[in-house]
Amino acid sequence: MSMSRLEEKAKKAADKKAALGTDIDIESYEAEAEEFGEIEALEMLPADVQTAALSAGVSLTGEAAGDYFQVDQSPVHRGSAVEGVEVMDIASALKEHSYLADYFWRLVPIDADKYTADVGMHPPAGYFIRARPGTKTIFPLKTCLFMGGKNKRQRVHNVVIAEEGSELHIITGCTTPSHAGRGLHLGVSEVYVKKGAHVTFTMVHNWGEEVEVRPRGASLVEAGGSISENYITLTPVKSLQAFPSATLAGEGAVATFSTIMYARRGKIDIGNQTILEAPKTSAESISRVVSTGGEIINRGRMVGKVPDVRAHVECTGLILTEKGRIYSIPELDGWCGGLDMSHEAAVGKISQQELEYLMARGLSPDEATSVIVRGFLDVEIKGLPPALKEEIQKITKLEEIHGGS
Amino acid sequence: MRTPYHPSDEDPGGGSTLEIDDLWVRIGEKQVLKGVDMSVGKGETHALFGPNGCGKTTLLSTIAGIPRYVVESGTITFKGVDITHLSMHERARLGIGIAFQHPPTIRGLKVLDMIKLCNPQADAEKILEDLDFTEFADREVNKGFSGGEVKRSEMVQLLAQEPDFVMLDEPDSGVDLENIKVIGRAINILTQKDAKPSLRTKSGVIITHFGHILDYMATDKAHVMIEGTIVCSGSPKEILEQIKANGYEGCAACLCPV
Repeated sequence: MSMSRLEEKAKKAADKKAALGTDIDIESYEAEAEEFGEIEALEMLPADVQTAALSAGVSLTGEAAGDYFQVDQSPVHRGSAVEGVEVMDIASALKEHSYLADYFWRLVPIDADKYTADVGMHPPAGYFIRARPGTKTIFPLKTCLFMGGKNKRQRVHNVVIAEEGSELHIITGCTTPSHAGRGLHLGVSEVYVKKGAHVTFTMVHNWGEEVEVRPRGASLVEAGGSISENYITLTPVKSLQAFPSATLAGEGAVATFSTIMYARRGKIDIGNQTILEAPKTSAESISRVVSTGGEIINRGRMVGKVPDVRAHVECTGLILTEKGRIYSIPELDGWCGGLDMSHEAAVGKISQQELEYLMARGLSPDEATSVIVRGFLDVEIKGLPPALKEEIQKITKLEEIHGGS
Repeated sequence: MRTPYHPSDEDPGGGSTLEIDDLWVRIGEKQVLKGVDMSVGKGETHALFGPNGCGKTTLLSTIAGIPRYVVESGTITFKGVDITHLSMHERARLGIGIAFQHPPTIRGLKVLDMIKLCNPQADAEKILEDLDFTEFADREVNKGFSGGEVKRSEMVQLLAQEPDFVMLDEPDSGVDLENIKVIGRAINILTQKDAKPSLRTKSGVIITHFGHILDYMATDKAHVMIEGTIVCSGSPKEILEQIKANGYEGCAACLCPV
């Protein structure tokens, strides 16, 4: 689609409310952002920015296949440590690679809602990551979207292309400094997984309590390819609504979604859908959510379009306090015979028997609760490189979630 | 985290580790224990026999402090401290340990991490090796464990915890001979059967139906419980022989030769 045609569509959708989530007054957040210059090395970032990145799972030390760091609307650092993996800011990539126009706004419609439209009507900022055919990375690509200013509106558009037979592991930490006030984060991510390629895409949202978040993500997986998408939010946000989608377009493609949410306050409406439109494709969506006062709507949808596909949804939630809400919505939509889709959902409390078992070993009720909650959130995420797995385990073991308070 | 439990050499309770005095316990509306008296001396291991439903498990669960077992009257004194109304974890920290018959699965918690929770100072490697359980170190606690594996997992945790008073509820039920041997060995370690009787400080109570486990461990005394009270106490060998000969009806009617 030409840029002018896109712009036109975006303008028309400027007031289009999203299907899900509370409506946000976009204009109450400043559109213009201060510009930040590039830095030579990530170690030059201010200490509070480094701390914020770390709490979103992005350690700036340790081995990495590459990195991308954005402050408000400014890409301040990017680089690749692996030959065959390209890491650029999206604006430069669009100028340099004419083919990118075919990927830009193809999976996420620019006129999906007013949030995508707002991203589309402003100069693009975000990352472009591409692995050339057959390139396999072992270490994660660490990316961080940092919103530093108060009352800001951060708009991000990322495009990832894993060419045939390649392998990419991306972690994106979305974060603010601990003192941040209100803000709005709009993020579009389009991920292309070509034949036989494997991608893990992990997003950690670690925002301040006054931040509203509307990520819009979609991926397309070709024959024999796989994607594993992981969404983790353990710290309070004002509101977060996301419903990323994966389309399994080629035979044998696989999608796995893992969602870990912990809400003390605020409203989270999180979920994902997989559209299985080629034979022998399979998908699994596992979510573990915990409320200690916040509201979580937990969705998992599978759409089976052809025979010989398998899909499973698991939505489980714990409410640890008197107040709090978890609304689990597993959805299975089969369009033909010969497919196999199932779900399991549960909302409940910590088992008294498990508590007593741990207390008999000397743990106080609070310690026992925290052990059980950590275990509950420790989802086995498939296909992650060990380094990334460790990072994620560190997040779920953060001191803040101990004791469930 | 909690202060790790350190076994103490002090003996404020005189010669006895556990004293139960006229204990009445109900579960919901049901009166289960009806005036139990029992005393376990320091360094002693006792066996508890009785027909199904007589209250054996209730007694151990009440000593452990599981909340649904409600003490109506009577006292439980452990190492000189009245623990009748202490919470479970406080009792555990004082040195009471229990092996569960049907423990729950703890999702996401590995056996090795469970050992460290029981006692951060425990030599996990050695304990796992002793119970032939090393390959389970990274498994989630009790997840998909067979009967014998559950028992060994319980013993592993107790060996880490090093309680002064250990309670075992049918450690030999549903377990093959190989596992019985391993479990018997663990019980002997827990109750210091390698030390001279006069030097032992650790005590225990074991519930068993058939007494198989008693071939692999030593007991100092046995009690027979019927309908919520202890009707007889004495030599384990003698009592077991009488039960085998005359059944629990014989105990109830007191058919033992005087």
